Amino acid sequence: MSETRVHFYQVGSFAVGNRLLSAGERTVQSDRRRTNSIDSGHRACQGCGEALGARYALDAAMRVTSGQLVAVNATGCLEVFSTPFPETSWQIPWLHSLFGNAPAVATGVAAAMRVKGRDQVRVVGQAGDGGTVDIGFGTLSGMFERNDDVLFICYDNEGYMNTGVQRSAATPPAARTATTDAVGPEPGNPFGQGKDLPRIAMAHGIPYVATATVADLHDLERKVERAMSFHGARYLHVFVPCPLGWGAASNDTIHLARLAKETGIFPVYEAEYGEVTGVTKIRRPAPVTDYLRLQRRYAHLFGHPGRPDVVARLQAMADANIARYGLLATEEDE
Amino acid sequence: MLQQIEGSHAIAESVARCRPEVVCAYPISPQTHIIEAIGAMVKEGTLAPCEFINVESEFAAMSVSIGASAAGARAYTATASQGLLFMIEAVYNAAGLGLPIVMTLANRAIGAPINIWNDHSDAMAVRDSGWIQLFAETNQEAADLHVQAFRLAEDLSVPVMVCMDGFILTHAVEGVDLLDQEQVDRFLPPYEPRQVLDPEDPASIGAMVGPEAFEEVRYLAHLRQLDALDRIPEIAAEFAEMFGRDSGGLVRPYRLADADTVIVAMGSVLGTIKDAVDERREAGERIGVLGITSFRPFPLEAVRQALGARERVIVVEKAFSLGMGGVLATDVAMAIGTTTLHTVVAGLGGRPITRVALLDMVDRARAGALEPLSFLDLDEGVIARERARMATVRRSGPFAENVLRDLGRPREDQA
Repeated sequence: MSETRVHFYQVGSFAVGNRLLSAGERTVQSDRRRTNSIDSGHRACQGCGEALGARYALDAAMRVTSGQLVAVNATGCLEVFSTPFPETSWQIPWLHSLFGNAPAVATGVAAAMRVKGRDQVRVVGQAGDGGTVDIGFGTLSGMFERNDDVLFICYDNEGYMNTGVQRSAATPPAARTATTDAVGPEPGNPFGQGKDLPRIAMAHGIPYVATATVADLHDLERKVERAMSFHGARYLHVFVPCPLGWGAASNDTIHLARLAKETGIFPVYEAEYGEVTGVTKIRRPAPVTDYLRLQRRYAHLFGHPGRPDVVARLQAMADANIARYGLLATEEDE
Repeated sequence: MLQQIEGSHAIAESVARCRPEVVCAYPISPQTHIIEAIGAMVKEGTLAPCEFINVESEFAAMSVSIGASAAGARAYTATASQGLLFMIEAVYNAAGLGLPIVMTLANRAIGAPINIWNDHSDAMAVRDSGWIQLFAETNQEAADLHVQAFRLAEDLSVPVMVCMDGFILTHAVEGVDLLDQEQVDRFLPPYEPRQVLDPEDPASIGAMVGPEAFEEVRYLAHLRQLDALDRIPEIAAEFAEMFGRDSGGLVRPYRLADADTVIVAMGSVLGTIKDAVDERREAGERIGVLGITSFRPFPLEAVRQALGARERVIVVEKAFSLGMGGVLATDVAMAIGTTTLHTVVAGLGGRPITRVALLDMVDRARAGALEPLSFLDLDEGVIARERARMATVRRSGPFAENVLRDLGRPREDQA
C-alpha cells in the first residue's frame, strides 16, 4: 500500500474518512461486496468491541481468500451472541467445539483441507482472551509450534466477560473484576501477573504476529491481509474494549481503544519470524489517567483518597512499553 | 494373509487399509506401537494421502480429529487410560456433534495409584459419552473390528471406539489374517459426511441448544445408538459373508445350550474363561459363556435372549464403580431382572420437570403403560421429522441445528 499523506481529519478525530482515500485504500467495509461474515441481528451488547473486531477481521480475510474461508470458534461471548439458533449470524462455514480447543480444531480443519486437495480453503481460529491465554493456551502453543496453517485471532477484552467479568491472565493490574474485587490493601488484580501473549507467540518463531485495536480498523484489515499472505501459524491479538465488563460507556469503545494505544498501555506492532518489523507510533501522547478514568473497573484508584501510587505504577508500565517498542513519534516520523 | 504379527501392528495395518485421511498421535502406553507404525507408513508414503499430526496432548488429538472430521476427512486416533480421561471433554463433544471418528482404546487402568497394565476402567469412564464401544476378544477380532468400525461410524454419523486389552492384546504376537487393500475397499466405501464445513455451502455447526430442544437432540443421539443395535449385526453378517470370518456382532454365546450357569465377560479374558468352561464341560458340568462385544449400545434384548432363565449368572468384569459395584453387571441385571424397574430420563439441559408430568408418569406405570426406558415430555414430532430427514437426505446437516430450526418454524409448517 502506498503511503499517502493525509492531512485532513474528520470531526477532530484520527478517523480517516474513506472518501479521502483512493479506491484501493478504502476499507473492506466500505465495499458493497463485503461478505458480512458475521451479519447483523446478533446479540452482542451495544458498543461491543469484539463484534466489531470480528466483523472487520473476517470480512478482510474473506476478501483476501476470495471467500474460501472456514472459521473455528472457541466458547465465549462471540460464540454465544452469534448463534442463538435457529438464527445464526455466520455467513461463512463456522464450527464451535469447546472452550479450550479452538486452535487444535482449526488444525484439524486445515489438515482435512490439505488432504482433500483444497489448499485454497484457509482457516481462521478465534477466541476471546480466556480461550487464548488461559484455557486454550496449550492447544494454541501446539498449533504454533507445529506451524499449522491457521490464522488465530484473539479478541482481547481482558477478562471472562461471558461468564460475568472474572479475571483472566489478560486482565491488567489494578482492574476490578468479579474475582479480583476492589477491596483490601491491594484492590483489583495484582501486579506482577499475566501473560504477554503476542511476545509468547513471537517466541515460537512463527511467520507472523501482530497486535491491533478496533480504533484503527484500516490497520486491522491490513494486518489480516498481511497475515493471510503467509502460510503456517499466524497470530493476531486485537484489543477490544468491553463496555459491560469495564464499566465504560458504549460510545467510548473506539475512544478507549485509541487511548490504550496512545498512552502506551497497548503497544501496536507487527513481527515476522520472531522479529518486530513495524510499530504504530503514538501520535498524541496521553497520560494513563485519561484512559483509566473512563472505566469503572479502575474507579477505586480515583476520588478521595484514591491511589495515586497505583496510578503511578500503571503509568510506569505504559512508559516501559513506550521505551521497549519505541512508540513515541520522532521528528522524522512527522 | 495369515501372518505372525504383534497386535498393535495388526491394528496399524488394518487402520491404514481403511484409508484414514487425518491421524492424530499422542503417545501413551500401551497404545504407542499403533501410532508409531501408522506414522512410519505416512512418512514413507505407503499410506497416502494422509496427514499424520504429532499433537501436544490427548485433548488436542481428539480436537484435531473433530476439526478434520467436520471438514469431511476420515479421522482416526488411539489412546488409553489417563489419555482418554485427559481428552474426555472432546470425547463427549465428538459424539454430541455426531462426528464419525474411530479411536482405538488400548484398555489400561486409571491411577492413582499409577498403573500401566490392563483393565477396563478407562472404557467405563466414557460409557455415557455417546460413543459406540466395541470390545475385541482376540487380535484377529480387533483388526476386523476396526474395518467394521469405520463403516458403522460413517453409516450412523456416530464415533466408534474399538476397545482392546492393553499389553494382553496390543503387545501379543500371534497369527492374524489381515484383509488386503482390495478387500477393505470393497467393504468400506469412501466417507460421505452428513455435515461438512464447506465455503460453497456454509453451515454453522455447534450452536448452543437450550431447554427447548436439548432433550430431543440427546434423544436423537440415543436413537442412533439403538440403530447401531441393528447395524452392528448386519455389518458383521456382511463381513462374514464377504470374508468368511465371524467378527463383531453384539454378543458372542459359547456353549450356552442347556447351561445352568453362565459367565458373562468382555475382551481377551473370554479366552481364559472358555478354557475353564471347556474343562468343566468335559467333567459334565452344564456351564457356558456369553461374551459382550457391543458394550455401548448395550444389547439388552440379545443378552436377555441369550441368558434366558438360568440358575446363575456370573459377571466377570475388569472395572467397578466404587461405592456401588459392577458396571457391566448392572447392565446385565437390567436385561434379566424380574423386578419391574423403569428408568425415566428427565430434565435434560434444563428442561423443567413438572408435577403434572410426574403424576402422569406414575399413572402410566400403574397402568402398565410405562416403558422400561422413557423420556419425560419428549417432543415426538420433532424426532420423527428429523429422523425422516436423515432417512431421505445423506447430507442432512448438523442434527442439533436442524431440530432448533424445526422448532423455530411457524406452527402451521410443522403439521
